[in-house]
Amino acid sequence: MYSDCESAGEVFNTSLNAHSLRIGGMSLRETAEAVSCSRRDFLHTLTGASLSPVLFDAMPLNAAGSPRSKAVVVTFGGGARDDETFRPEGRENIPRLLTELMPRATFFTQVVNRGILGHYVANASLATGAYETFNNFAPVPPQNPTVFEYFRKDLKRPASDAWVIAPSNGFERVGESGHRAYGLGLGAGVILPKRLLAAALSAGRAAEYEHLLYDNYETPFYRPELQDGSAELEQIAVILRLSIADFIASARNLASPDELSVFIARRLMRQYAPSLLWITLHDIDIAHSGTYSLYVDAIRRTDRLCADMWSLVQHEPEYAGKTTMFILPDFGRDSDGEAGGNGFQHHRTGDPRSRTTWIMALGPGIRENVYVDRPAESTDLVPTLGSLFGFSARFAQGKPLAELFL
Amino acid sequence: MLPAQLKPGHFAGYPEKARQVAVNNLELLRRLPLSYVPLLLREVIAYDWKFPAERQELDAQFVYLGALPQESLGRAMASFEAITLSPNLERFDWIKGPGVFSEQLSAHLWATHQINSFRRAAIEFMNAFHAAAPQSPPPMPRLTIVAIGQGVVENSYPLFRKLRRHGLYCAQVDSTDGWRTLLDRVTARAVAHPVPFAHWYIDGGSPQIISSANLTPLSYGALAPVRAAVVAKMRGMRKSGRGTEELRTALSQMRPEEAGLTGETDDDHVLNHFKMSVVAESSGAQFFSTTFVQWAAREVLRRAQPLTLLARFAPRQTERSMNELLAGTQKAPVLDPEGSLIDADMAAYYTWLNQQRLSGASQSSFLVWFEDHKEALVVSPSLPPGGESNTRVKISELLDWARWPDSVRAAHH
Repeated sequence: MYSDCESAGEVFNTSLNAHSLRIGGMSLRETAEAVSCSRRDFLHTLTGASLSPVLFDAMPLNAAGSPRSKAVVVTFGGGARDDETFRPEGRENIPRLLTELMPRATFFTQVVNRGILGHYVANASLATGAYETFNNFAPVPPQNPTVFEYFRKDLKRPASDAWVIAPSNGFERVGESGHRAYGLGLGAGVILPKRLLAAALSAGRAAEYEHLLYDNYETPFYRPELQDGSAELEQIAVILRLSIADFIASARNLASPDELSVFIARRLMRQYAPSLLWITLHDIDIAHSGTYSLYVDAIRRTDRLCADMWSLVQHEPEYAGKTTMFILPDFGRDSDGEAGGNGFQHHRTGDPRSRTTWIMALGPGIRENVYVDRPAESTDLVPTLGSLFGFSARFAQGKPLAELFL
Repeated sequence: MLPAQLKPGHFAGYPEKARQVAVNNLELLRRLPLSYVPLLLREVIAYDWKFPAERQELDAQFVYLGALPQESLGRAMASFEAITLSPNLERFDWIKGPGVFSEQLSAHLWATHQINSFRRAAIEFMNAFHAAAPQSPPPMPRLTIVAIGQGVVENSYPLFRKLRRHGLYCAQVDSTDGWRTLLDRVTARAVAHPVPFAHWYIDGGSPQIISSANLTPLSYGALAPVRAAVVAKMRGMRKSGRGTEELRTALSQMRPEEAGLTGETDDDHVLNHFKMSVVAESSGAQFFSTTFVQWAAREVLRRAQPLTLLARFAPRQTERSMNELLAGTQKAPVLDPEGSLIDADMAAYYTWLNQQRLSGASQSSFLVWFEDHKEALVVSPSLPPGGESNTRVKISELLDWARWPDSVRAAHH
């Protein structure tokens, strides 16, 4: 059911031999603190970041928001480890995050994801602020209301004001929950660039673009059944003001699915300027193929794309000066020391390191070049967006990250 | 059905040796909780295809459990008893399909947030088992050799970064006859200690011809028909609209015969099942030779617990070539030697880690060599960790350092 998670049998099987002698040790909390400490020291040394002052009066709502506020959420996915990012040996892979973004950002060093470590269900959990428990590979909506529904219903925003750009066709239901009090008609528009590209291409040309259509790194041949995308393609082409021919021509020069997603995001921001834009990057999940060099290349590309997104936010008139950008992984990957896994390749063990991530936030009203090392959770993002925009994420399990705001 | 209701006839569909193990331990199985027994049976049902080391482990576990007084057994199983199962799991035919039960139990544990409790329970139990029944040291110190970088002309990537703190980095290796020297040394070990599945040679390209029957070969090239059968299965299931879960289950149930693997002896069958599992149950080993070598080495170390392992990486195809393969448009794969070197460098570290997880780790040795170049690194109990040598040294000398601690000391003094 959750096949990119470790099975009970694998836990047991691996434990059957002497591999198990080195399993164990620290708890999730202890590991999260240790990882946080490592990230904190790393950032302090490298960027001069300082500890954020402790806040005694957290502002739960309307902390920094105004009707003009916008937010862009970028998931640094799918799943990168500290070894290749926020540790000394990983710094070479994220130069843009460290040198361009971190000096402008507040960085939470200890963000724990206690949910299921499959990409769709984990991203849905990020978007609802509650740990979802559905089948990672089933085309089902989240059970709890999404941030897009809170945003649109509470603030009476139109459908055009909230969008998701998602990497995999399996994400098509992430924009709107099945919750009775929200749901139908209140969610975000979801653009699946690969589906659009597939619909735009004639059968004979699809092979030329296979590198952009590759859908699922966990099982290479897996593609969910899709309805005819031609009507959707025409609709999106109108929204983006992009002819199908230009779309295909532009795609030809792109190197990866994530570059295609950022290309679409750029068009969307220019044409519609949505106030809430969510982009799920996924190239890093090539790690499932077991090729370390491709995994690291993808991290470097993701670093560049995050910086490009921030640059875009700074330079687009509709976004400049009023946009908060959040960057966070959905989760990490297995640590080298976890005998049940195979290091960077998967995120199956649920070990503490694969659950301990980070959040970077930057924008007007956000503290700059500081880190926060108290424990936080992945589910805190949605309540934080609630604080920013002024809606109540009433079904979310997390709490607002109050330290962000000046 | 509950474990207490188990009868000998329930195992009639199991392979011969597996059935015998289950029946011999029936009284014990009846006393174990439902959250645990199917996972044990998942191992038992594959008993006939397991390596000797795996069988010893499983036998020892039955002996350990069987010797526990009822009260102690209850304590040992308490954490498993505390796992709450769903009615569907309780109704499932876990005797016939313990593997599928395992998958469904896994989903249930993740969805109900019990996976961490389960992991803790498994780890605590196995640690207690290993403390009570420690593994014997290997009959000879283990040696693993990894050759990386085949086909690379020039390299600027800093090698062995994760291993340097553990061993001696050598920057002036004389590579003359290096590969032949490695192969001869490994073959000699296999001849000297002729134990089934104790000595392995894994190659990411086409295998070298070897003379020892006691050296088990495994190569990406030779397994091309197996990979083709697995990929065909994947394609077929995709076309028929099957989902990821079904695909994984189907691949894990592929029989060696479906991929043209046949054998005559018990050892042949064990090896064929292993080959099938390495290709079918891995992620990426069907497409990238570097992934194949790393994963095969990991599985050989974990399962066969060899005395000797020689793993040689070869260039893998590019990501674009893999995409073409997936699309069915590939003509000739384009190779990526430089990327493969980076993959293999990390894989060498993982191979060392996996060797260190076996018994006798403190006496084990490890050599990684940038093939036909001047760089190598040796980890040996007698070598100073974190050292660096700029002295010209032959491959045979590196092997002697790994083999003869005294000579190392002499050489360094």
